[in-house]
Amino acid sequence: MTTFHVRIATAGVVAGLMSLGGAATAQNLVISNWDGYMAPDAIEGFSAATGNGAELVLHTTNEEIMGKLIASGGAGYDVVFVSSPFAEILHNLGLAETLDPARIPNMVNLFPEAMQLAHDPGNAFSVPYAWGTTGLCYRSDLMPEAPDSWNDLLSPAADLVGKTTMLATDRWLLAAGFLANGMSVNETDETALATVRDALIAAKGTLLAYDDTTFYAKLVTGEATMVQAWDGWCNYGIAENAEIQYVIPSEGSDLWVDTIVILAGSQNKDAAYAFVNYILDAENHRWAAENILYKVPNAPAMAALDPALITQFPNMGITPAELLAFEQLRDVGEAQRAYSRIVTEIMAAQ
Amino acid sequence: MKERGSTYLMAPALAWLAALMVVPCGLILALAFFRRGIYGGVEYTLTFENIALVFDPLYAGIFLNSARIAGTAVIIACILGYAAAYAIAAMPRRQQPVLLFFAVLPFWSNYLIRTYAWIVLLNREGLITQLARWAGYEGEMPQLLYTEGTVILGLVYSYLPFVILACYAPLARLNPEIAEASHDLGASGWTTFMRVTLPLTLPGIAVGAVFVFVLSIGNFVTPALLGGGQFQMIGNVVYAQFLTANDWPFGAALSMVLIAIMMLLLVAQTFAVERGTGRADA
Amino acid sequence: MHNRGRHALMLLILGGVFAFLYIPISVLVALSFNAGGMPTAWTGFSVQWYGALFANADILAAAWNTLKVALISTLLATLLGTALAIGVEMRRRKGRAIEALIFAPMIIPDIVLAIALLSFFSLLKFPMGLHTVIMAHVVFNLAFVCAVVRARLKSFDWSLVEASADLGAAAHVTYRRVVLPVLAPAIIAGALLAFTLSVDEFIIAFFTSGAGRASITLPMQIFAMIRFGVTPEINALATLVLGVSVTALALAQRLNREMPGQ
Repeated sequence: MTTFHVRIATAGVVAGLMSLGGAATAQNLVISNWDGYMAPDAIEGFSAATGNGAELVLHTTNEEIMGKLIASGGAGYDVVFVSSPFAEILHNLGLAETLDPARIPNMVNLFPEAMQLAHDPGNAFSVPYAWGTTGLCYRSDLMPEAPDSWNDLLSPAADLVGKTTMLATDRWLLAAGFLANGMSVNETDETALATVRDALIAAKGTLLAYDDTTFYAKLVTGEATMVQAWDGWCNYGIAENAEIQYVIPSEGSDLWVDTIVILAGSQNKDAAYAFVNYILDAENHRWAAENILYKVPNAPAMAALDPALITQFPNMGITPAELLAFEQLRDVGEAQRAYSRIVTEIMAAQ
Repeated sequence: MKERGSTYLMAPALAWLAALMVVPCGLILALAFFRRGIYGGVEYTLTFENIALVFDPLYAGIFLNSARIAGTAVIIACILGYAAAYAIAAMPRRQQPVLLFFAVLPFWSNYLIRTYAWIVLLNREGLITQLARWAGYEGEMPQLLYTEGTVILGLVYSYLPFVILACYAPLARLNPEIAEASHDLGASGWTTFMRVTLPLTLPGIAVGAVFVFVLSIGNFVTPALLGGGQFQMIGNVVYAQFLTANDWPFGAALSMVLIAIMMLLLVAQTFAVERGTGRADA
Repeated sequence: MHNRGRHALMLLILGGVFAFLYIPISVLVALSFNAGGMPTAWTGFSVQWYGALFANADILAAAWNTLKVALISTLLATLLGTALAIGVEMRRRKGRAIEALIFAPMIIPDIVLAIALLSFFSLLKFPMGLHTVIMAHVVFNLAFVCAVVRARLKSFDWSLVEASADLGAAAHVTYRRVVLPVLAPAIIAGALLAFTLSVDEFIIAFFTSGAGRASITLPMQIFAMIRFGVTPEINALATLVLGVSVTALALAQRLNREMPGQ
């Protein structure tokens, strides 16, 4: 085979492969979100209401979609749902579109507090979609008394050893340590970090596991008695077993916010704005609260919630003013390396 | 003639690797010599601090621990895998591809699904516990999940079929006359195995061992799910640098050192295998 | 007597290993028929999840994508990898650089290869989709195929090739009738290995698939659905994949009464 033949063959192979399809239709809006985070008919509803084609792709974690966006400069994506520290990073790297509020009329539905969030005051590059707290989720029937401090998790009572879990995602793992020691969840001082690291390494010996996804299932079966949990996820446990309850420890929580970001490189900005506007509609946004059991920062949506829902899931009733008392996780810049190292040390400790 | 023929045979694959592995990875690994920007981008100032940081006791310790866990998985998987491959090769020839198919079939389901199935089996209130209780066992069950043993179990399980496949080919075409000749000369079954069969099939075991070791060391999902996140393997650390810490330069440095070490081990392994097989031919 | 005992031992080994391999499989198959949603309690037999599965167009599309990717990348990897293995083993002196190059795809951490390829394709403004996933999968698949075939070639008697040439056979005839039949089990094993690796690969597929819905593979879909643990629907999917594969094998056996090669 001569070199010429080899070249032809290679071209043929590549052309053949490309004809397999897979490149997104140029006109469709590409939205990346977590599975089940929007109504199943949200895309169809949006297309019907505005005439824009759209496709939904999924991501599992913030970190994965961020890696993909950073490596490709956001190519191919129009709208992404990411948590607030990651929205900040997108903005700092110039990947997030600067928003024009005039093109999102439904922004008026947001609570005033939701328009003054620490990571993005005035919603310059992100629109909040859901928010909530991180606390302790526990089986009230298996514990003699309700926990009220992060130290109940970090230095558990004897009968709780081996029956607790903590979140595996590093910012929340560290947050528990920070809050237990009265520090900010965005603390960067070296001595403080060392203290928290030691406390968390000590706590590791008492844990059953670090678990981000099945911790509420463990509560339902009784394999765990008390877990660190996001309030929305705790509701899934409550739905299965009414003995499960959620509490924010006395030292406080962090305010987590999941946001919608339009990518600066999007070729479909008009459709992207229309989509964000569609999601912020009170009826559409309410779906999230009712079905995912997360609080949404949409005033008319929350007002229209069935009171029975709030009775069954008390953490749905936390007011925006109460939420703003908690600190948001922020991108900590240089200190991220120290955080990463500490988490590695904790995870590697025997 | 032979040299030119071999070049034509190797060229397409080598070109593919050059274009789609060497160049892209070279670009990324080169980042090891630069600094992480404040917000996670890359600052193009030359520095060796990332490479130096790789040799910090924390990461060296994690690497050694990973090697230990991976090594244990290798030993167990190779014994089981070789035995299974030997048994498959001993079956009627017509059945062998079918048996191989069934050996890999479980792994055409999905990794997460299989792992969750193990969790259902092994957790404190899981199927194994329920079976034991049903059988009458009253006492406290030992912890089966979220231990180092669970991680090793997960690794052995995931990579066992690869060992079977690697060991099968040398075993399948082993000339039975050689074994017969060995018997005729008075050697027992065990001696024949140890001094004839095993050396001739050593390349298969070596390849299987390489597969398990290399795949285990880079594995980050098994320690996270089956180990409950309590065991940090070097794969977890590299993954974390690229995705969680947004520190591509340090991730690149770690990868570079990891690749270099593994490369040395593999080349050494190739030498050892060639000498081992060579001795059998002599 | 000796043979029967040996045969019994072989069956025992096979039985033991296969039992180990199929333990979690039996669990997931059982759970796919569990009427209740959570895997913690058996609430009755039901096939509802299979119904839900067929109604889920996303999962079916993703499964079809995965099949395409796995088949094509396996085909390419087997061709390239086998040729590479033969070419390398033919030479008396094997360059250490080539050895390193062949091992590299196995050693490079998946996340590095994934990000490297995405950055590279983005730099070149190369359009991404299923085809880039296939190209990426071939990279590591061919290394594995090459390794398996080389292991068999280590004990290959090259004098047979020389004898065949001396007897006047052209090169391609020699390969077809002398080398390939000997390599057949290794090639099959390598191909099975490549297919298995490709079918269950997530991280590289996620990064190199581009942004469209049309290039989502099954592992990507399942990983994203894992948010709430493994639903019986997912278990049903896994069971179906296994069922379809076994059916395909049975059909292949029926159509192929004569096994190829020796």
